[in-house]
Amino acid sequence: MWTVVACLVPPLVFSVFIFGIRTLIITAVSVVSCVAVEAITQKCLKRPVTVKDGSAVITGMLLAFVIPPGVPLWLPILGSVMAVYVGKHLLGGIGFNIFNPALLGRAFLMASFPVAMTSAWLPPLRDLAIFSYLGTPIDALTTATPLAVLKGQGMAAFTAQFGAAPNVYTDFFLGWRPGCIGETSGLLLVLGGLYLLYRGYITWHIPVTVLATIALLTRVAGGDPLLAVLAGGALLGAFFMANDYVTSPTSKMAQLIYGVGVGALTVLIRLKGGYPEGICYAILLMNPLSPVLDRWFKPKRFAPLQGGAKK
Amino acid sequence: MKDLLTFPKGGVHPPAAKHLTAGLAIEVMPVADELDIFVGQHIGAPCTPTVAKGDSVAEGDVIGTVTKGLGTPIHAPVAGKVKAIGAVAHPMRVTAPAITLQTDHEAPARVYTRKDWAGLDRAALLAAINQGGIVGVGGAGFPTHAKLSPPPEAKIDTLILNGAECEPYITADHRQMLEHAAEIVEGARIIMAVLGVSRCHIGIEANKPDAIAAMQKAVRENTVGAGTITVDVLKVKYPQGSEKQLIQSITGRKVPGFALPSAVGVVVHNVSTTKAIFDAVVLGKPLYEKVVTISGKGIRRPANLLVRVGTRLNEIVAYLGGVTPELAKIVFGGPMMGFAASSLEIPVTKTTSSVLFLAEDEIDSTPHSQCIRCGWCLAACPMGLEPKEIAIYVEAGREKDTEPFGVFECFECGCCAYVCPAKRPLVQFIRLAKLRARK
Repeated sequence: MWTVVACLVPPLVFSVFIFGIRTLIITAVSVVSCVAVEAITQKCLKRPVTVKDGSAVITGMLLAFVIPPGVPLWLPILGSVMAVYVGKHLLGGIGFNIFNPALLGRAFLMASFPVAMTSAWLPPLRDLAIFSYLGTPIDALTTATPLAVLKGQGMAAFTAQFGAAPNVYTDFFLGWRPGCIGETSGLLLVLGGLYLLYRGYITWHIPVTVLATIALLTRVAGGDPLLAVLAGGALLGAFFMANDYVTSPTSKMAQLIYGVGVGALTVLIRLKGGYPEGICYAILLMNPLSPVLDRWFKPKRFAPLQGGAKK
Repeated sequence: MKDLLTFPKGGVHPPAAKHLTAGLAIEVMPVADELDIFVGQHIGAPCTPTVAKGDSVAEGDVIGTVTKGLGTPIHAPVAGKVKAIGAVAHPMRVTAPAITLQTDHEAPARVYTRKDWAGLDRAALLAAINQGGIVGVGGAGFPTHAKLSPPPEAKIDTLILNGAECEPYITADHRQMLEHAAEIVEGARIIMAVLGVSRCHIGIEANKPDAIAAMQKAVRENTVGAGTITVDVLKVKYPQGSEKQLIQSITGRKVPGFALPSAVGVVVHNVSTTKAIFDAVVLGKPLYEKVVTISGKGIRRPANLLVRVGTRLNEIVAYLGGVTPELAKIVFGGPMMGFAASSLEIPVTKTTSSVLFLAEDEIDSTPHSQCIRCGWCLAACPMGLEPKEIAIYVEAGREKDTEPFGVFECFECGCCAYVCPAKRPLVQFIRLAKLRARK
């Protein structure tokens, strides 16, 4: 668990450089509040307090990573109550939650505070003035995310605002774009994901199928597959959320199908749904299918019994 | 580099920890004053004692036979007097019936001389093996003469000698291959003659290059018997020495469901069993001695000991200078598949390959938590099972519902429990499931 936390630190540090010190404060509030909610819940339910396992810290970081950098500080606190208390402990605690807690928290915030959650985007700082967003009223600064521009105004407006290929790919891969706190730096997210792969903590099955499906279906629909992967939360979702142990399937075949499902739903929501980004809901929609997929697609048995067990 | 032979599905790489004893020659332990010989030392019906309290026996005498069903005799490991016949602490059951012998230290050791076996036919060889009380000493304890009498419809074409010894710590087979390579190869020739096969593979994990060299040399120098013997180098991966995985690694054949290896034309014997077959057929010496690896940081002097069957653990501990203050757990067998020992009164059996005295840093005593569905156990399971599902059913008291998950296909290798990040005792859950699902 702590290795995952370590892999999330570089994108967090990067977010401070592009969106200012606010992101660190929001993340800290989110983490502290998630850990506090977990400890209080477990105390009240008279269960052993397990905050030391690091899972609440990860939830706190991921919750902060999927909200805009310009939101008020009470927002992540509310989100953490939904994520950890409702999303995790009311369902039985770690291992028994059906939905990814951080994404459930985000979905709750999206539904309850749509204005803050869809408009508090900040333009990236190019001058390392990390304290500049602290004093100014946020409303005066907000901008739109690349996917929102692409969806709402089309490719021409997108190019006018963010630049043309191939420069825009480099910019987006490095993370110089508006977006949620932790989703922008493709480079650092991929590095973190590759490190987890190298250590054997995750396997390629879910991240690769999610990203490949998003790219492929976007291409089929006539969009830019590379932008589809780089411009939204696809990399964060594919490497750190879709493959969450508890809420994703365990057999390899089921993982491949699950990954394709997440990718397909993401593209469907982006192109046909009401939101510019769809991976959060795509993962939440696939989460409850995990046990079913596991039941349908079991690992291949080495030597299945013929005609009942030997007693 | 040529890829080493191995099985494709599952498996783990636990620390080998064999350095403690791999370099130590087999050491003969002095005979203890009293020995406890279990009447049931094999799969099948236990022996009926053929001696009574107060009887005198000579070394190698039969002291118990099987009158009905599957089984093979037990022999007196020492000359002496029958002191008692009764319940004795057992490594896996709590207690089991055993014959207790009082050693006569004055009696001369029995001397065995080499006999020519080339003239013996199949029935005579099998009889010699049965009379020697030979069982699969690697752990299963299946009577060897029965394993060498496959059903007539099975067409056996291959013999595999199992020298993988994939369990951490254990070096008993390793030392046998180094020190008794010629005997093992001749034992293989005897088995080939019994089975009428012309092909024998000796599978050894690549981490034992000296044993591989010794066996290769012995194969080259062996002139007795017909057929081809090769030494096959196996990749170091646990459970490489599991019968089904070993057969798949070497021959590519898959043993189906509950079928025996004979269904795919293969018979597998452990190298130490093969040595015992040599002893029984060529020397006429029954199986009443065992090479046992005593290892771990919890014992003062780790060793590969040649002990008489029936030697109690506390005698071995005393001989090796006692235990260290770090001792945390005593395990009969290897760290992956072994059972924790409850008492030092437990005696060595024909199937004991090792007793480990493990320190706190060699075991993991972290309390287990809930399953986080990471799926690592699925990836580690060589049989393609879902250990996490079985464990969750057991926790819910629904053991009978675990059968569709293949609980009876599990051979309890322990890979799942080894990789589990929540430290769940998955093998114990599965053993419970098997026990309760049978009722």
